[in-house]
Amino acid sequence: MSDEWIVACDFASVAANDVVRCDVADATYAVIKLSDGRCSVIDGLCTHGKAHLAEGFVDGTTIECPKHNGRFDALTGEPVASPVRVATTVYETRVNVDKIEFRKN
Amino acid sequence: MRDYTVGGAEAKIAEANGLVDADWYKPKVDRELMKQFMARNNGFAALHIASWFAALGVFGYLAHLSWGSWWAVPAFATYGVLYGSMSDSRWHETGHRTAFRTKWMNDVIYYIASFMVFREPETWRWSHARHHSDTIIVGRDAEIAGKRNVPFYKYLLELFSFAAFPAELKQWIQNAFGKITANQKDFQPPETFRISKWASRVYLLILTATVVFSWQIRSFEPMMFIGLPSIYGHWFLVMLGFTQHAGLAENTIDHRLNSRTVYMGPLNRWIYWNMNYHVEHHMFPSVPFHQLKNLHEAVKDQLPPPYKSTLSALREVVYALRRQAKDENFFIQRQLPQTAA
Repeated sequence: MSDEWIVACDFASVAANDVVRCDVADATYAVIKLSDGRCSVIDGLCTHGKAHLAEGFVDGTTIECPKHNGRFDALTGEPVASPVRVATTVYETRVNVDKIEFRKN
Repeated sequence: MRDYTVGGAEAKIAEANGLVDADWYKPKVDRELMKQFMARNNGFAALHIASWFAALGVFGYLAHLSWGSWWAVPAFATYGVLYGSMSDSRWHETGHRTAFRTKWMNDVIYYIASFMVFREPETWRWSHARHHSDTIIVGRDAEIAGKRNVPFYKYLLELFSFAAFPAELKQWIQNAFGKITANQKDFQPPETFRISKWASRVYLLILTATVVFSWQIRSFEPMMFIGLPSIYGHWFLVMLGFTQHAGLAENTIDHRLNSRTVYMGPLNRWIYWNMNYHVEHHMFPSVPFHQLKNLHEAVKDQLPPPYKSTLSALREVVYALRRQAKDENFFIQRQLPQTAA
């Protein structure tokens, strides 16, 4: 575990209501920007099936897995639609000047 | 002989070969375009569902008026297809929760359509998730309709749900009494068994009430409206459904090789909710039915050529199933476009 802030991407590189993939070392993350500009960094792989959430669909405050249409709350990581049953990890996220950053602790 | 048992010997082989929950081929699509394709709205589905229920109402009324005459035959034949076949595509799209934007709207239609198409909703939700994880992977996919080494006449019997209906009814009864089948245990999380039990009880209650009412009025007309259409109206769904994967490759992780996209006319696409774009649906299940045609246009250069008509696809399916009845190694090899990755 690390308390260092990690740069995920430029704030401007993610459109509102969208998600991009961010790979750091061996891990993959999904960087979500909601319509009101709030950002959230979560684990990149769905907890149900092997799919990158960054290829999914942001709708309101939820993100839909592109493979089985399961949904997570983008801000809490809680499952909100089956077949997702297990919550995903949401990391502490901030916007620092023009970067979206997150940390793991 | 190939063992299609879910969780059986072939499942272990599939796992050893890296075919379980594998990375599947995906064509390239511009992200902005894909976001447009994935966007949901309630309007399209509401309009379609309203037109479906209206058609059921009209043909149901005509069937009732014509009861006792020969006119009842075409009236019930149409009502049966609207009930027992058209419910399949509504079941499917609302199961993915892509029909409506609003979750509860999807869920309400899903439970209604599940009853009409005669599927216990929770089991089939999970079996369909597995079908998308491991499409036509033998031993993993519980929804392989076109199995090899099966005499062709059995597929003809299945037009009227000869084996599927009793098997499903048996599961409903088992579930209603608290028993969970081996298939369910393989792909359905234990915490969802409770839903299967209650759904089975409610569905069986509706069927039983229909039978009792028919007996009370000494007429099987009520059963012709509720319950029996799942059998006598099933044939059209089998016919369209078999164009999806039957006769193509098994144990591949490329939907271009195990699925078909078939050009269909507007009537079939209304009934089938554009599931004729089946390769595209499997590659991008988040795209709702009303955007599949546009998605097809965006990716078609990266896919094998689509079939020109329902008939041309069915001709190939019949040929393949008849060959596979005698030779389990036979399958239709789809040609990938040279431009594809």
